[in-house]
Amino acid sequence: MNEHDKFDPKLNKTRRNLVMATSVVGGAAAVGAAVPFVVSLWPSERARAAGAPVEVDISKLAPGELGIFEWRGKPVWVLKRTPEMLQGVKADDPIVSDPKSEVPQQPEYAKNEYRSIKPDVLVLIGVCTHLGCSPKEMPASAKAEMGADWHGGFYCPCHGSKFDFAGRVIKGSPAPTNLEVPPYTFLSDSTVVIGEDEKTKGA
Amino acid sequence: MAVGLWKWIDTRMPTLGAEWRKHAAEYYAPKNFNFWYFFGSLALLVLVVQIVSGIFLTMNYKPDANLAFGSVEYIMRDVPGGWIIRYIHSTGASAFFIVVYLHMFRALLYGSHKEPRELVWIFGMLIYLTLMGEAFFGYLLPWGQMSYWGAQVIVNLFGAVPFIGPDLALWIRGDYVISDATLNRFFALHVIALPLVLLGLVVAHLLALHDVGSNNPDGVDAKKLKGPDGHYLDAIPFHPYYTVKDLVGAVVFLAIFCFVMFFTPEMGGYFLEANNFIPADPLKTPPHIAPVWYFTPYYSILRAVPPLFHSQFPGVVAMGVAVVIFFFLPWLDRSPVKSIRYRGPNFKTALALFVVVFLILGYLGTEPTTVWGQFTFDAFFLDTRDIATWVARLCTIVYFLFFFLMPWYTARDKVKPVPQRVTYHA
Repeated sequence: MNEHDKFDPKLNKTRRNLVMATSVVGGAAAVGAAVPFVVSLWPSERARAAGAPVEVDISKLAPGELGIFEWRGKPVWVLKRTPEMLQGVKADDPIVSDPKSEVPQQPEYAKNEYRSIKPDVLVLIGVCTHLGCSPKEMPASAKAEMGADWHGGFYCPCHGSKFDFAGRVIKGSPAPTNLEVPPYTFLSDSTVVIGEDEKTKGA
Repeated sequence: MAVGLWKWIDTRMPTLGAEWRKHAAEYYAPKNFNFWYFFGSLALLVLVVQIVSGIFLTMNYKPDANLAFGSVEYIMRDVPGGWIIRYIHSTGASAFFIVVYLHMFRALLYGSHKEPRELVWIFGMLIYLTLMGEAFFGYLLPWGQMSYWGAQVIVNLFGAVPFIGPDLALWIRGDYVISDATLNRFFALHVIALPLVLLGLVVAHLLALHDVGSNNPDGVDAKKLKGPDGHYLDAIPFHPYYTVKDLVGAVVFLAIFCFVMFFTPEMGGYFLEANNFIPADPLKTPPHIAPVWYFTPYYSILRAVPPLFHSQFPGVVAMGVAVVIFFFLPWLDRSPVKSIRYRGPNFKTALALFVVVFLILGYLGTEPTTVWGQFTFDAFFLDTRDIATWVARLCTIVYFLFFFLMPWYTARDKVKPVPQRVTYHA
């Protein structure tokens, strides 16, 4: 009971109910009117269409070389890993926080020791899982900056996250999870389609 | 002539004169305002400077990912006076935060957040938050490398929210990455939406202030006592006394402002970062990313908190709480006195510590985490050996203890007796 009710012995209940009903309907209309403004902020049809898969030619990559391609406006890395790099990945098992790739940051076919379909070809989205910067490659020789147990990998300049050559996050980094492996398939030994695999084709 | 014209207006619209008297000519302010009381009027001055320079910048700026960077360079090189207008706006952005931080610190010093001025404080905090949004949206517009990657980092903060995060970030960006869609909407928010909110909040801040009256360096009620002539003993009309005083402050401030603008508009990379003179490249992150100086204390806190359960959300929460907790200051502060002059050692120590850690966090936020090297020893609890990260963690703890322990240490402080009337300290 508010002040007004107390001093008004003959409260007009019909009028009050009408005011309340009108307010509720008006409020609903206001919420409804907000809908077009809210949905207008979602990606446009054109932006969605730009998310189509891309084909990349990896035949020109020398062993140990990193190719950077663009998919959905994000950098996608294709790294031809040398046997030394693969050994480094194996050696990193104790110092990475998710050695078995338990967190689903990769399609099922990349949930293995080297996080790839073929051990020598690594495909990763080159965006740090911390806050979205693009890490840079640091060879195994950069032990002076990266520490004695560094076997080569990627270093994020924004907040210092470290990843090995399988994109697995080194313990103590601000990044919470391994780098994401995008869906991809091999059209041939030299051509990879990024953004498409058996699963996404069906979808 | 002028008197006649004023009479003509006053009979038709008496509100004008009434408001002038209420908020200036007959608004009684304590007579002991000191140096710290310049910053409110200076903030208003910078707001006007930003609005005017901003309007003129929009006349040549193009909010388009392909044209934005070039249009800013066009303003700098080809538009007559364009370079000075842009430097006014970029220097003004940093000046705004300097003035606002000092204005907030004044409130902490003299207890201006305390009863009955809680609403003044809350409106002030809302202004501060809006200003942060305004600065963030504006920083994307030049479409340089720092604009781009800074926005990327901040928008991804929202992506760390559990469950809805990725969709929320997508909705804010309007694309899968920071893109033309993002630039366009940030432009709309920067030049119209937030300035309108800001103006409304400034009006609310001032109206709330003028309803309860200004605090002062002694924290006593300056309008309690009236002399035999019916005038307040300790308060004087804002106009002309403080309009004149504030004019002096404005002149000194503008002199410093112009010095920075003409001689060091980039302020050694603190006001305008070198990387922002490189066009945005979505495929290449600059080697060192740091926000502009006014965000760096919070940025340091974000970096200091380690991830939990494969999520960086705790760091984001810590950063959010570090800002929002200021809202609760009026209720956390249990001291019976307002001003630092009559507070005891507890509060003085706590405030001094807070200032020190705020500055250290601010400095560390501008540097990479490796700036102070690494511990040479190893231990099980050392998830990172970067010394700067550990210092930032320590400072973050002190930062939060300043607030969380405040009800306890302010209530137990050895306060001094508060005088009846305002005093003067030379």
